[in-house]
Amino acid sequence: MSTQAKAILLTGNQAVAWGARLARPKVVPVYPITPQTPVLEQLTAFAAEGTFDAEIVTPESEHSVMSACIPASLVGTRVFTATASQGLLLMHELLHYASGARAPIVMVNVNRTVASPWAFWPDQTDSLSQRDTGWIQYYVEDAQEALDSVLQAFRVAEQVLLPTMVNLDAFYVSHALEPVQVPEQALVDGYLPPFNPPHRFDTDKVESWGNVATQDMYYRHRQGLAEAMARVPALAAQADHEWAQLTGRSFGVIERYRCDGARTAIVTMGSMCGTVRDAVDAMREAGVTVGLVKVRLFRPLPVAALRAALVGFDDIIVLDRNYSPGHGGVLHQELRSALYGSAVAPRIHGLLAGVGGVNVSPAKVAEFVNQALQGEAQIESQWVR
Amino acid sequence: MIPIAQANEEPMLCSGHAACPGCIDALSARHILTAMGPDAMAVIPPSCMAIIAGPQPFSSLRIPVYQPTLESAAAAATGLRRALDAQGKHGTQVIVLAGDGGTYDIGFQCLSSAAERNEDFIYFCLDNEGYMNTGAQKSSSTPHFARTGSTPAGKTSRKKNLTEIMAAHRVPYVATASAGHLPDLLCKIEKAKGMRGTRIITLIIPCMDGWGVADDAGLMTARYAVESGAFPLYEIEDGHRYTLNHTTKTRPVSDYLGLQRRYRNMSTADMETLQAEIDDGWATLQERVANSERKQHA
Repeated sequence: MSTQAKAILLTGNQAVAWGARLARPKVVPVYPITPQTPVLEQLTAFAAEGTFDAEIVTPESEHSVMSACIPASLVGTRVFTATASQGLLLMHELLHYASGARAPIVMVNVNRTVASPWAFWPDQTDSLSQRDTGWIQYYVEDAQEALDSVLQAFRVAEQVLLPTMVNLDAFYVSHALEPVQVPEQALVDGYLPPFNPPHRFDTDKVESWGNVATQDMYYRHRQGLAEAMARVPALAAQADHEWAQLTGRSFGVIERYRCDGARTAIVTMGSMCGTVRDAVDAMREAGVTVGLVKVRLFRPLPVAALRAALVGFDDIIVLDRNYSPGHGGVLHQELRSALYGSAVAPRIHGLLAGVGGVNVSPAKVAEFVNQALQGEAQIESQWVR
Repeated sequence: MIPIAQANEEPMLCSGHAACPGCIDALSARHILTAMGPDAMAVIPPSCMAIIAGPQPFSSLRIPVYQPTLESAAAAATGLRRALDAQGKHGTQVIVLAGDGGTYDIGFQCLSSAAERNEDFIYFCLDNEGYMNTGAQKSSSTPHFARTGSTPAGKTSRKKNLTEIMAAHRVPYVATASAGHLPDLLCKIEKAKGMRGTRIITLIIPCMDGWGVADDAGLMTARYAVESGAFPLYEIEDGHRYTLNHTTKTRPVSDYLGLQRRYRNMSTADMETLQAEIDDGWATLQERVANSERKQHA
């Protein structure tokens, strides 16, 4: 464990900026959007005070941000950016482009409702609707995990050459102040070696990217992407393990909290996990044997780890702070798919809880669990509040 | 400056590429690439030039090429430039080879943004006045009355003046050029190479198929475009210093239109309207050049 680390009071956004600073990216294109803006402002403040040495580019849109990120990464420089909500959606075409180009960009997304109508509340539909774009996706619970995950994300992204998104909930994480351990630069430098990809744009090597491909070549590129994705769960677990050895902090790719002896598991992502921890503690005290299973790595979905984490439960309560119109909660769909064919399948109750930023208190979580357990598991996700 | 003889020999654009016979896009790119030399990287958004660049795993260019999305060439060039700067490779030139659709239309927003930041690259717009790669539909660069797949009765609005718009960003260098006037083109590339910041050169590219021009008439058509004043050759430095490079207007526009099928069956009235528009544009340009010279001598 590092004895050098200092604890300072940071918001989630500031913690992200610290993580980015410690990762030493060389190119940072970025565009402001609520509630991500403090990340941009903290990074430009670091640069102005001389503690952050990166080419910061401020184009006219998130679309141009991601357009600049991709070739910068393909030149062989480390690239960081951050966005939220509409900004992420504007990038959509380029998100596919980045993974196809195998550009290990790390981007933080602050999960915010998508318009219309306009709203600025925590809701994960923005990033979950990008699940098929070929990006690794993490969902984090608090400011400390946000900082640590930015560094772990670079570690994993550059090993498999896949872009990686670290998602944190609007305001609950992005703007809440918490004591955060900021690791020493030397510790991070040891953890995150300089980015040195084998293929890059170089006038001596004259390699190109993007030229049209035949059906066969396109197929092979997609297979390559699949092989890289398949390596991620183990590498993410290893990156987390090595981080724990250096700092004493570990999050896992899937975390089980107080699951011993539990018949019921609550499964969720992001800041809702903090709420559920309190709810689990309270329910345990009241004699209800329930635990939390936190999904931290959502893409690739660590199916084997999920099945192992969820084996033995009678009931699974999924809390989705997102909504896919026509199908319900995204995590609900994903878990049913992941558990299909299990020898002993648990009942899966999908609850649309906290959509649009509606507050979900620990007491509400307990209420949702009690209600769900009284009835059969419904095929459709259920609206609860 | 690279002598013209050498420009014809150095194979920075390899033979065997996929351009149509007689293509002025490929010819122009060959001259540009030779003039730029090997210490350069190209950004080529979807366009005829992207097809000419060849399918994987081949490339017809002897420099690294990044092919971005259609609307993002200037933003991609920005990322490439900044990453090279971060590596200390300040001498490597970043160039863009984009079509008019990727420049005047869908890529215009990010081009304006890059110009406002004065990003350090040379942007070549290979302007064939329409979406020729998709079979000739109109862009905002298509001239008045030209027939395209999306304007079968002739375009009802005028060509956007990209050169003036980019000059209004006060970038160090904006110019028009043509492979039909090769010494002037090579001079302009050499001049642009010696500057830093956003430099934009728009080349008129007669398109055999899209304009309905004979395979061997591309260069003549390019020359007529300049000689009729439809595509004047000029440059604007720092947003206000004008230089007219081909100082005379020696042909009626009908000479130029007569080489192309896209103006077929044009009425006399429309022809007169177009001639008046070109005369007016030429007069305006003369005034700007004169004003600019007066200021410099004052």
